[in-house]
Amino acid sequence: MELSVVISYFPRLLDGAWVTLQLVILSIVLGAIFALPIALARISSSPFVRVFPFLYIFFFRGTPLLVQIFLVYYGASQFEVVKESVFWPILREPFWCAIIAFTLNTSAYTAEIFRGAIQAIPVGEVEACKVVGMTRFQMYRRVLLPRAFGIVLPAYGNEIILMLKGSALASTITLLDLTGMARTIIARTYTPIEIFMAAGVIYLVISMVVIAIFKQVEKRQNRYLGPIVIKVPEKG
Amino acid sequence: MIDLHGFGNQLLQGAVITVELAFASLIVGLILGLLGASAKLSSIKALQWIANAYTTIIRGIPELLTVLIIYFGATSVLMSVASLFGYEEYIEIGPFVAGVTALGLTFGAYATEVFRGALQSIPKGQHEAAVALGMGNVRKFYRIILPQVWRMALPGLGNLFLVLLKDTALVSVVGLDDIMRKASIAVSSTKEPFLFYSAAACMYLILTIISMVAVHYMEKKASRGIKRT
Amino acid sequence: MKLKTLAVSSLLLAGAAMTSVSVQAADKVKIATEGAWAPFNFIDEAGKPQGFDVDIAWALCEKMKAECEVVTQDWDGLIPGLKVRKFDAIIASMSITEERLQVVDFTDKYYSGGLRFLAKKDQSFDLSNLEGKVIGAQRATLGAQFLEDNFTGKADLKFYDNQDNVYLDLLADRLDIVLSDELPTYNWLKSSADGDKFEFKGDAFQKNDEIGIAVRKGDKLKAKFNKALEEILADGTYAEINAKYFPFSIY
Repeated sequence: MELSVVISYFPRLLDGAWVTLQLVILSIVLGAIFALPIALARISSSPFVRVFPFLYIFFFRGTPLLVQIFLVYYGASQFEVVKESVFWPILREPFWCAIIAFTLNTSAYTAEIFRGAIQAIPVGEVEACKVVGMTRFQMYRRVLLPRAFGIVLPAYGNEIILMLKGSALASTITLLDLTGMARTIIARTYTPIEIFMAAGVIYLVISMVVIAIFKQVEKRQNRYLGPIVIKVPEKG
Repeated sequence: MIDLHGFGNQLLQGAVITVELAFASLIVGLILGLLGASAKLSSIKALQWIANAYTTIIRGIPELLTVLIIYFGATSVLMSVASLFGYEEYIEIGPFVAGVTALGLTFGAYATEVFRGALQSIPKGQHEAAVALGMGNVRKFYRIILPQVWRMALPGLGNLFLVLLKDTALVSVVGLDDIMRKASIAVSSTKEPFLFYSAAACMYLILTIISMVAVHYMEKKASRGIKRT
Repeated sequence: MKLKTLAVSSLLLAGAAMTSVSVQAADKVKIATEGAWAPFNFIDEAGKPQGFDVDIAWALCEKMKAECEVVTQDWDGLIPGLKVRKFDAIIASMSITEERLQVVDFTDKYYSGGLRFLAKKDQSFDLSNLEGKVIGAQRATLGAQFLEDNFTGKADLKFYDNQDNVYLDLLADRLDIVLSDELPTYNWLKSSADGDKFEFKGDAFQKNDEIGIAVRKGDKLKAKFNKALEEILADGTYAEINAKYFPFSIY
């Protein structure tokens, strides 16, 4: 073990960690925005509306994130149409390709979590809303979504951790995130164990911070009731 | 089979490796999961502590990093441990073994929680009843505990297996000739990334569907004799 | 008489057994190459490694009378893999550098190359002003190191896991300029369908770039490889392999 290598390259690892954080935060926020309409469409009573979110979720949960990234990054740039389109300045950048792939992926998982949460709300509450004469929109905005938010928190915290771990795949499309930076450093120093371990510790610290934050928010949000357990899909 | 510029067969061979890797990791992971859950539920503090450290660390670092650390790091660690016992021969860790170790460790960490939940859900009365019938610990485990834990853990384990199946793609990064790497090789000689990565995606989808059907069948079989509520 | 034949034949048998044992004990050498560096090493449709490096590897093994196996390994993992004995030698167009010499030993060179920039024909190229240009190279290569040492902050640098992905991104217009070894690029310009849209920019530099076979520090294999290398250079085997890939000598 050569700890001196870790010490001298630690600032660069932190630069990588910053890229990782940007990737995770952006894709989690964008993912949540996309996930809500997908989840609502998924529980629609019309089978024609339901089928699209179903296929979307099925594709993104059924294939590896690595394949999805390569499809966005290398796959899309194969076509002249894409290169001549207005989207090219965005698709040209590996950072945005990673964001796109991560957002699509996490929105599929998040949509399932939202759906689970909305469906976990007791029927009685929906009936109560109808009885007091709320419109559909009012019911969602005032009762279902805030309630779902509380129920969703533990699973959603989990999803953020999984996204954090998935973000390591950005290193495969030239991004210098924490893992990419570690691999670049190792290409010079040939000390894989030391540098990878150091990167692992940084990931652990980040995920512990996320867990701690969510524990706090959960306590606040659900302080009026005991724990509710819902089953949510795992992801990879 | 579809020709895919002559690389169709290569992709199929990759699929075989992917499936082998997934099953080998599953076995390792199930064993680790049972051990982890037993350790967490045991009354010995040290065991609880080890199991907690194991699940926290593995669940907190990226699977890709775990694969890279095991692939590059495990050999030298293993060899230095072995040399403590006077064994100086070289110990080989190829991409496959590294992949099984890394994915098995990951599966095991998540399975620990699934098994723990299942073990805890068995009422205390059943333990007492088994003891009252004069069953030993081993017998009680095989006849009473395991069949029920299996039934309750199956849905969770099924989910984890689907995750595992997709995580196998990460082992391509250290050079295992699985679906993903075969696709990359095909891309490098045909310059058709979209075609081959889509083909790879389809193969993973097919494997996912097969696994889902299999898990569904197993769940049905495991809950025979239990009334649907 | 009978006894005598029995004795002789059993002696013969024993001898045969011993020779077969010693044949088996003939060194098994595991050689790693990368498989993404045409024409030096690449993977064919049957999944087998091919190319100049691989041909040289087999020719050397024949001279050393060693039993060989050629495996592929991603570039980043070559030196770490050698260090932990995943394989015994690297024949993967690896340049002999000071940094690498600190961790591995190299044989004599088996060819030499240089670095050269590559870009689209209409791409403006001025080394003193690369502001806003995206330059790509493979991670952990001389080219990548050169870019890191000389152009960090002066241009947008991107490093890839393998050379194939560098070309993919050059074709996709994500990269303006590529820095890579001259010889494989020469091959790519000649053989790729899109090669005619690109050209070398500037002259080759770092021409003293010598490519050797990496072995573990202090390994006796180094001397054996060197001797076999001398033999194939002397008896024309090398020239034959050279001619298969380049119309000029690359030694």
